[in-house]
Amino acid sequence: MNLVYSDEQRLLADSARDFLAARSPVAAQRRLRDEASIQGYDPDVWRDAVALGWSAIPFPEQFGGLDFGCMGLGPVFEAIGRNLSATPLLSSVVVSGSLLHLCGTPAQQEQWLVPSISGERRLALALDEHARHDPRGTALLAQADGDGYCLQGNKYWVLDGVGADAYVVAARVSGQAGDAQGIGLFLLPADTPGLSCSRLPLIDARNCARLHLEQVRVGPQALLGQPGQGWTGLDLALDRGRACLAAELLGAAEHLFETTLEYLKTRVQFDTPIGSFQALQHRCAQLHVDLALSRSAVMAALAALDDNNLDASSRGRLVSLAKWKAGDTALKVSNEAVQMHGGIGVTDELDVGLYLKRIRVAQASLGDRDFQCQRYADLTLACA
Amino acid sequence: MSTIEQFRHDTRAWLEANCPPSMRTAMGEGDVVWGAQQPTFPSEDARRWFEAMRDRRWFCPDWPEAYGGAGLGPEQTAVLLDEMRRLRCRPPQINLGVWMLGPVLLEFGSEDQKRDLLPPMARGEVRWCQGFSEPNAGSDLASLKMSARDGGDHFIVDGSKIWTSYGDKSDWMYALVRTDPTVPKHEGISLIVLDMRSPGVNAVPIDLISGKSAFCQVFFDAVKVPRHQLIGPLNGGWNLAKRLLQHERKAMSTFGEISLPSHVDLLALVQTYLPAPRGQGEHALRARAVACAMNERCYGLTVQRMAQCAQAGDDVSGLMAIMKLVHTEQERDKFEVLLDLMGGHAMGWESETFSEQQLAITRGWLNSYALTISGGASEVQLNVIAKRVLGLPDAKKGVMQ
Repeated sequence: MNLVYSDEQRLLADSARDFLAARSPVAAQRRLRDEASIQGYDPDVWRDAVALGWSAIPFPEQFGGLDFGCMGLGPVFEAIGRNLSATPLLSSVVVSGSLLHLCGTPAQQEQWLVPSISGERRLALALDEHARHDPRGTALLAQADGDGYCLQGNKYWVLDGVGADAYVVAARVSGQAGDAQGIGLFLLPADTPGLSCSRLPLIDARNCARLHLEQVRVGPQALLGQPGQGWTGLDLALDRGRACLAAELLGAAEHLFETTLEYLKTRVQFDTPIGSFQALQHRCAQLHVDLALSRSAVMAALAALDDNNLDASSRGRLVSLAKWKAGDTALKVSNEAVQMHGGIGVTDELDVGLYLKRIRVAQASLGDRDFQCQRYADLTLACA
Repeated sequence: MSTIEQFRHDTRAWLEANCPPSMRTAMGEGDVVWGAQQPTFPSEDARRWFEAMRDRRWFCPDWPEAYGGAGLGPEQTAVLLDEMRRLRCRPPQINLGVWMLGPVLLEFGSEDQKRDLLPPMARGEVRWCQGFSEPNAGSDLASLKMSARDGGDHFIVDGSKIWTSYGDKSDWMYALVRTDPTVPKHEGISLIVLDMRSPGVNAVPIDLISGKSAFCQVFFDAVKVPRHQLIGPLNGGWNLAKRLLQHERKAMSTFGEISLPSHVDLLALVQTYLPAPRGQGEHALRARAVACAMNERCYGLTVQRMAQCAQAGDDVSGLMAIMKLVHTEQERDKFEVLLDLMGGHAMGWESETFSEQQLAITRGWLNSYALTISGGASEVQLNVIAKRVLGLPDAKKGVMQ
């Protein structure tokens, strides 16, 4: 298993860093927040990122993709984390695009995947129904209705939901909440009657939404894949999203740690740089350890997703390991960064707070550390 | 066939013919052969393997022939080690002399010292121990006090060494001693070698919380050490000590490769001892155990990643600096969880009512305390990471904080 980036991937990392540092640095994210941008990202930056080929990275050439794999997405998401850049890459491309790729018919792929890769259309996943991520717990009912379905209920925490051209909605076709079987995936254009989307402004000031489905009637052609058989594809698409979020968390945490170290070396109190105090040195050393362990887990998760010979549970274990470790580490780093900056650390003027908030949201997205720990155990102990 | 290919071919054939099949299996603690004046062998095969390698001069393949080695070049030595690993050959002997003192003697010893000390070492005839730590010089090794006073043609050595592995079973010791107490502490240290049978030397084994151990405290009462047994310059011992410690780290990693994996599969034991958690407490315990296993997995991946980074030519010093700390801290956390998981089953001392695995876990737990202390305590490791890897500044001396 390859745990280091190839030369090609390193070049991509350099170009992603340069592009985002120039076009979408933290200051740009702060501006989007201050302007109360509803879309939550700069469409010009997104257009240029698409032109750089980012949205094509994980898909085969037949859809206009580059076939560069998840190891190719890693450097991009690390750079996104470093700069706190906002793009619909995760929501529209990595997660929803993967669902189209894995479960869609050729016609659906032609209609939605190809334009999602080319940036002409934007997709969003509507999955979570409760405060905490629980994909098996999907309960929103898709009741058989003639030869189609009628969907009723609410979806929360829909990333980049406002302004999406279509939603992939996970709904229960059969069985009960908690069952992996019986979950259906529906592709609903935003103008479908009965769909309404409203903002859920979160601490990270990105585009997060609630989707309300009021007696939404759809024909069988709205289904992605077989009715009630959505789990396998959903599980894999979510794993791609989780691994990318883990890379993003790692990038954010590494950058925040570096800036905190700089501060400790220059901030003088008691006539000495505060970084000379052992109480702080040992805590920093511990964070360095956690970051190193996180990187190993993230690389393993990205590599696992590109390994077609790996079974779903080995893949899931490595992805959950990465999201768990990177999430946990990023939380620690952000908490320590605030504390070590002292008074200025709790001011809005300093970027530390922006990192703290983005990390908090990313850590909870697609499963927080407790979710990943539980999933790792379930996947391991189930096959023991 | 090139010379090196020919060498590989011949080496492989020789090892196939001379390394008994029983010497190509994983070894336990009782299987180690220590080179010594009177070596003991756990089996006839072990003796045969020891003697074959000794006569081939392959205990020290890269040492010059004049000092008992086989005079192999670096490329040939690498091929030999490679072939031994491929066949899974056990080390024919383990000897601190060969691994640690030998290379330092080759670099710093006088011609006479090399001719006297190296050939018997290379034949596995002397068991060496290391006299570094003292009761009052642990993490701060340079503050050591065992004195070697000038007695004309000899030194008079007084004091004590501690944590000397197999001090009671060794023939000779290399030791750091204080030869000048009046200068700054790093500048008054010398390296000497001495016969453990000299009058005034007394090695006493130390019992640990985990039971019997290989560690000894060694007492020195006016021990006469001939002056020609000073290695390197007088008061120049600290540089040699640093070099010895570098060889120690290398030896420890080699030793880690060959020793039996003492691996305990934590999640398998969760399955055994907590198959169906009930109540909040047991669920919390299970979550703790899983988190512990996940961290262990991260460490395993980091070991792999470090090797790949090194191969790719990346700087791995930042990774290398965390390895000892992470491994030993994780081991201790893991035993802590195991004790909670196994309850009374992990608190047996010695009785047939406990399984071998249960007793091993109890001893492993007690032993894990020593791991975070020896070879650079966790706090020292954190200091090293903070200063050398992260570049955080030194505390200003004398500033009130």
